[in-house]
Amino acid sequence: MKGLDFVRFAVFMGVLTMLVKPVGAYLARVFGRERTWLDPILLPVERAVHRIAASDPEDEMEWGRYATAFVVFTAAGTLLLYGLLRVQRLLPWSGHVTGAVAPDLAMNTAISFATTTTWQAYAGETAMSYVSQLAGLMLQNFLAGAAGLAVGIAFIRGLAREQSKKLGNFWGDLIRSILWVLLPAALILSVILLACGVPMTFSPYVTAHGVEGGAQTIPRGPIAAFESIKNLGTNGGGFFNANGAHPFESPTPFTNLLYMLAIAVIPAALTYTFGSLTGRRKQGWVLYAVMAALFVAGLIACDVFERRGPPLPGVAHAAAAMEGKEVRFGIADSVLTAVTTSNGATGSYAAMVDSMTPLGGAVVLINMLLGEIAFGGLGTGVIGLIMALLLAVFIGGLMVGRTPEFLGQHLGPRETKLIVLYTIAGPAAVLIPSAIAVVTRAGLAGLATNGGAHGLTEILFAFASSFANNGQNMAGLNANTPFYNVATAVVMMAGRFGLMIPALALAGSFGYQTKRPHTAGTLETDTPLFAMLLLGVVMLTGALTYLPALCLGPVHEQLSAGAQYHVDETPR
Amino acid sequence: MVEHIKISLRITVALLVITCGFYPALVWAIGQVAFRHQANGSLIERNGKVVGSELIGQNFAGSRYFHPRPSAAGNDGYDGTASGGSNLGPTSKKLLDTINGLVTKYPDTKPVGGIPADAVTASASGLDPHISPENAMSQSARVANAAGLPLTQVESMIHSRTEGRFVGIYGEPRVNVLLLNLDIDKIAPKK
Repeated sequence: MKGLDFVRFAVFMGVLTMLVKPVGAYLARVFGRERTWLDPILLPVERAVHRIAASDPEDEMEWGRYATAFVVFTAAGTLLLYGLLRVQRLLPWSGHVTGAVAPDLAMNTAISFATTTTWQAYAGETAMSYVSQLAGLMLQNFLAGAAGLAVGIAFIRGLAREQSKKLGNFWGDLIRSILWVLLPAALILSVILLACGVPMTFSPYVTAHGVEGGAQTIPRGPIAAFESIKNLGTNGGGFFNANGAHPFESPTPFTNLLYMLAIAVIPAALTYTFGSLTGRRKQGWVLYAVMAALFVAGLIACDVFERRGPPLPGVAHAAAAMEGKEVRFGIADSVLTAVTTSNGATGSYAAMVDSMTPLGGAVVLINMLLGEIAFGGLGTGVIGLIMALLLAVFIGGLMVGRTPEFLGQHLGPRETKLIVLYTIAGPAAVLIPSAIAVVTRAGLAGLATNGGAHGLTEILFAFASSFANNGQNMAGLNANTPFYNVATAVVMMAGRFGLMIPALALAGSFGYQTKRPHTAGTLETDTPLFAMLLLGVVMLTGALTYLPALCLGPVHEQLSAGAQYHVDETPR
Repeated sequence: MVEHIKISLRITVALLVITCGFYPALVWAIGQVAFRHQANGSLIERNGKVVGSELIGQNFAGSRYFHPRPSAAGNDGYDGTASGGSNLGPTSKKLLDTINGLVTKYPDTKPVGGIPADAVTASASGLDPHISPENAMSQSARVANAAGLPLTQVESMIHSRTEGRFVGIYGEPRVNVLLLNLDIDKIAPKK
């Protein structure tokens, strides 16, 4: 690891940490329906939307109704997007696409965007018209991102409340997420992007006559508006095939840095919102510290591996792992991006994961397998960490022989079952489909570019990414086949609903309890000691579950390439 | 349930108007008024014809021009409609063979410390508009010779086209190949 890499990562973490309190406090005000400085403009809009939708934000829902609203809303979005992708050729601004999106691919894409996965088995520049990009994909970037934030807020409310089964109103939270959070942030970010060179036009692609005479098609489109919400909503599906590595999506190191902050800031700030709404500020900061520790560990590990790229004969040592990386980002910014997006449930990337070193790529995979709890997805990240925390409370309770409690509330059999359900959903939905893929012809047919241990990693990566609703892919896998289009779509739904429904159920039963007084026997959950326990539980459950698969994939690849990757102590 | 479905559809329509009507229209208007060049793709015109985009790399093979990185976009590289990388794994034999082939065929004098890595590896986008300053410097002798320019002049052109890191920290130093080659054409017009 070079000294400058340390500075890059430290400055990023510093800026992010400074934003946690102001953004977290703002979110607490927005969802507490307190006054904010945007109210004069937004309150009338909010009222108008509720009038059109005939929804009542004061109508508080129990967890079952809240979850149903969330599922129905996601399903409606999926069907509308599917329909649009099938008829896109009939609509304007579709000159550059060949036709409608094929049924299996359209189904996969619709589910993918409605669950914030934004897994892309297509190339945007040839498959999507401008209308599909905006009214289809970008709309879901807003809606699905906001739905995730709404569920996260409802979960926090359930934990904070006492003797109440209600979690809030889904429609109210959804609209506030968009109007007060995502839309203003996206507008500001878009204008900065425009200044940095990200295009925003409805004019068709242009043909350039190159300096040496060859013709080159320059793709364009309404990219700036699309890109800002892609990252803020932790969606990550790119306008183009090359996603965040495309110079029109991220033309400079500055735009890349902004994107990384846009991905991480709201999920990180939700730890403060949690502390604020539950009245346990210190607990919120402990959650943030655990997230930051996991995040930084990933950064350092990934950077060390990527800096040890394969020594290639005749090639300068510096930056030998440049395959699949852009010159403007180099190694370290690509590492920062890979770690932020893989922790942040965002499928964007600035470098091709498939061409990363075996263990550098494994860090990206592990971030997703651990459940994206280091900041994580919009609304879903804080849920993931708190579920891990509850597991740690349960284990800690067993160790000291006390009834497990969190925030003065009891972890009874029902709560424990829900936590276990949440915890085993991942291994089941990732490992079983991966196992099926490696023993069937249809699954193995996807290995069009790479094979062997690397091929296994590609398959594992695809399902890990789908389940984590991340959407990042090792693009060497040919995923646009009926097998992968169906299999990944099923896993994406498992990752969205299989996690959010138990989480809401748990929040519902937590809120119903009476808070118990804090006694000398209570296991403290806001101390550094407990933070260590939580980190241990996260690593241990992850290691026990996925270590065998990781040994067969990236670890095997790294070891079998021992001769190439011999530890070379010459400075790079 | 039915109530949820009705609200879902109505809310989606209302939010469609805001997030896919009002929002992109406003961003578009700001772009077309305040950042016209960037908003339309940072296109470069020469003699009234579009020769490319500042941000999109293009193929150069002639010896009087700086060469871009190898590209996996499309069959011939730098295909604007087929962005993407090679996606070859780090231990792929095909990748190592490709790199070894490029090292063998390297058209310039190999620098003492080895060929700059970006000269023999494909980018993630396949449209990378930049090369590293080291890569540009190692091509400078060939370009100076073919364009009939003094080497020092070509080297100072590289320096003036070198962009540094953002606030000295983020990104890597880089040279835009298309802009540099247009500079060459301006100073030493092609005969």
